[in-house]
Amino acid sequence: MTMNPQMLGAAYLAAGALFILSLNGLSNQESARRGNLFGIIGMIIAVGATILSGNVSNFGILFPAMIVGGIIGTVVAMKVEMTSMPELVAGFHSLVGLAAVLVGYSSYMDPTAHFEGSEKAIHDVEVYLGVFIGIITFTGSIIAFCKLKGVIGGKPLTLPGRHLLNLIGIIACLVLGYMFLKAGGHNGMMPLLIMTLIAGIIGIHLVMAIGGADMPVVVSMLNSYSGWAAAATGFMLGNTALIVVGALVGSSGAILSYIMCRAMNRSFISVILGGFGTGGGAAAVGDEEGEVTSASAEEVAGLLKDASNVIIVPGYGMAVAQAQTTVSEIVKKLRAKGKNVRFGIHPVAGRLPGHMNVLLAEAKVPYDIVLEMDELNDDFPDTDVSLVIGANDIVNPSAQTDPNSPIAGMPVLEVWKAASCIVLKRSMASGYAGVDNPLFLKDNTDMLFGDAKDTMDEVLKHL
Amino acid sequence: MKIGVPNEIHENECRVAMTPDTAMRLQKLGYECAIEAGAGASANFTDQAYKDAGVEVISDTKQLWSESDIVLKVRAPEQNNALGMHEADLLREGGNLISFIWPAQNADLLEKLKSRKATILAMDSVPRISRAQKFDALSSMANIAGYRAVVEAANHFGRFFTGQVTAAGKVPPAKVMVIGAGVAGLAAVGTANSLGAIVRAFDTRPEVKEQIESMGAQFLELEFEQDEEGGTAGGYAKTMSKEFIDAEMALFREQAKEVDIIITTALIPGKPAPKLILTDMVEMMKEGSVIVDLAAEQGGNCELTVPGEIAVKHGVTIIGYMDLPSRLPTQSSQLYGSNLCHMMNVLTPEKDGNINVNMEDDVIRGTTVIKEGEITWPPPPLAVSAAPTKAAAAPVVQEEKKKSGLGFPIALVLAAGLLWWIGNSAPAEFMQHFTVFVLSCFIGYWVVWNVTPALHTPLMSVTNAISSVIIVGALLQIGSSVGLIVALATFSVFIASINIGGGFAVTQRMLQMFRKDD
Repeated sequence: MTMNPQMLGAAYLAAGALFILSLNGLSNQESARRGNLFGIIGMIIAVGATILSGNVSNFGILFPAMIVGGIIGTVVAMKVEMTSMPELVAGFHSLVGLAAVLVGYSSYMDPTAHFEGSEKAIHDVEVYLGVFIGIITFTGSIIAFCKLKGVIGGKPLTLPGRHLLNLIGIIACLVLGYMFLKAGGHNGMMPLLIMTLIAGIIGIHLVMAIGGADMPVVVSMLNSYSGWAAAATGFMLGNTALIVVGALVGSSGAILSYIMCRAMNRSFISVILGGFGTGGGAAAVGDEEGEVTSASAEEVAGLLKDASNVIIVPGYGMAVAQAQTTVSEIVKKLRAKGKNVRFGIHPVAGRLPGHMNVLLAEAKVPYDIVLEMDELNDDFPDTDVSLVIGANDIVNPSAQTDPNSPIAGMPVLEVWKAASCIVLKRSMASGYAGVDNPLFLKDNTDMLFGDAKDTMDEVLKHL
Repeated sequence: MKIGVPNEIHENECRVAMTPDTAMRLQKLGYECAIEAGAGASANFTDQAYKDAGVEVISDTKQLWSESDIVLKVRAPEQNNALGMHEADLLREGGNLISFIWPAQNADLLEKLKSRKATILAMDSVPRISRAQKFDALSSMANIAGYRAVVEAANHFGRFFTGQVTAAGKVPPAKVMVIGAGVAGLAAVGTANSLGAIVRAFDTRPEVKEQIESMGAQFLELEFEQDEEGGTAGGYAKTMSKEFIDAEMALFREQAKEVDIIITTALIPGKPAPKLILTDMVEMMKEGSVIVDLAAEQGGNCELTVPGEIAVKHGVTIIGYMDLPSRLPTQSSQLYGSNLCHMMNVLTPEKDGNINVNMEDDVIRGTTVIKEGEITWPPPPLAVSAAPTKAAAAPVVQEEKKKSGLGFPIALVLAAGLLWWIGNSAPAEFMQHFTVFVLSCFIGYWVVWNVTPALHTPLMSVTNAISSVIIVGALLQIGSSVGLIVALATFSVFIASINIGGGFAVTQRMLQMFRKDD
């Protein structure tokens, strides 16, 4: 059976619509699973229709590649720890980027393609752009992956004159682009290869310069890039489904980056330029008065027993210590005693947008007690105990009080307004932004030092 | 330091200045607490309950007074007939007392306390600013009085408050008029409204109209042209002009014929209560109607009120109780005790059990009537209230929007220019694709904003999965005759497949975990 071009177009249209419905389904938890199903159906239609279109042959290679790839992907997805979700997502982005590069090259080398005049020029631009975005996505994602995995340190790498380096790279790519377009026929291979190399280095350098806690922005940005790469490929091949998907993914990633930046009160440009939190801006608030008081796990358990309103604020530290299951147990116990326990999630908590929600969901915390910052920030004055687990900058009161602080103006969870506040932390080290946190010095704040998992286990024992 | 709470000796006073619950809060501030035996009995707090809360129970009145550094009380000190001594003389020399004092009405008491070289804080003199709301005992007591007034009225009223249609016939709802929409008046409005009555309320201050309406009553407006402001800077009512009062009287006369219950709460600070319900109005009211006069202590808003008693005149029951908060003793003790706790919290900034009467603090300054034997009352005026900020708030809002004025037209011009250029130079097929692309961007924008932040991670993984539709490109190239292209395409198909399988599977796995409470 073969399909005529109109039927193929209709199939792509259906796939595109299903992809839109898929994203729309994610607007709330109830419809989310159906949304994913729509996505799967859309993918099956798009791939199935392409295979049946009569333009595809060589099934002997095709099917094994698809099946083996699919199985590998599924197995990895099933095995991965929820705490390593950021790495996985970054890794997957790199694959999309690489695929875009390869398809671009193949399309350029394709001897059967005949374009004339402006069509040829446009096609070449599309190829060039697709490869350019694709390779940045690829190398950038690889670096993000390594940083999240801990293979490379989280510290931003700040080469001298790094903005100039990027600028030179981009200008070189533009010049090479001009040469590529002028080359004609299939002779542009050399400029294309050199550009790929340079753009790849730009991708590496861009992400190297960005620190660990800005990773939510980087990952969303790479998500966005992978979308634009797909869109460019769609233009190149004249394929509507790809264009639709690329645009959807591109805008989705862009919006996520924007949300993350807003949550940090920083501009997108300043995050991308990187180098945040490496000193300089760290105007240490050393003259802050007050003393650090620490509490034992037993005392914390006692406080929780007496409290009727508890808000828990998790951060990356909880993910690192894998403490979410224990926290969930504690919450279950407290809720069984009729206490009102809720979670307050800052938009940039963790290393991925929505990272904390996924971890808590994995630990079987019902999602209706996991609230966004804006939903419960006003409730802290009526709260008996706020429990901060491995978070720092997102609960730093100097964001509101100290206009010279590097994080001034960033929205923060006002945990210090609760009657008492307990902070679980490994040490007194300052957070990612390199700013001292006056929260630790407040009268109603007690520190519980140690690995979050161990201390939470200890608290659970005493409950 | 030690906080002591004596038995209230005023006749029929059932409240107590400390409950077991507030005692625990005071102890957290570092204080020791003591209470006279039986002090909480009328408010249903047993001595045992206090002991359980760590409070020392002392049976000897003199001992309690002399041992306490700080005495918390409800009523102002008065003659203790059982001991034959005035309570002011029981207070330790140089001690501290926090209670109601009414300094304007009790000049003698003030002199007496002054001679004790004491520090006295009057809970009736707390300044009316928003920061001080949590100490404002007058408000918490007024709230209780308003509630209780409606309950008293209902008790003496022979009908339902709510209208009903029953098998036996239709019952009309009771009509209630509340005069004075302060805290007590608003509480009465709310309570009467929730019992189902039709409620109307009147106040000389037009700015309280919204508050009255928010509590579910109709605001009675005077047909009277004037610029007179009914409120003072402190948010209280003041005496009005003669024309105003005449118009007001006409309104009450008209209402008296119609309503079943009148609750009056009109007070002017430092003056006898204005007479608003005159004898002829009472005569006009229906048999069995009820008037509750919350101003009875200051002489009453109704001419026929007998302070402290219930009188039936012209078939109308007139309730002149002066101790309505005390008639809800458990509740009023709890709230008053809480006000005192908040006050002690401010007075104990170090939380070390030592009182610090910091006269720099506006709230403490206003509340303190005697400081170490020096009379500090009346305090310097402090004019802050909700109403006068009318004019100030408006200009601030406008400034923020101004910046973005130029950006939008520039973007529009740029977009138009770009579209013109593309339309002019691109081939037809490209134009089609470009249309799809731009519209998809818009759809993506709207759809993604709707995604709940809790699902941002699944959003990333699912967008990741669908972006591997790029496999379509590789599929089309895999049949090429060029070996290199086949190899590249095969590899693309392979990695894109990893992504498809992995992306959807991990999304599914994550979404399975999100569950509601069961």
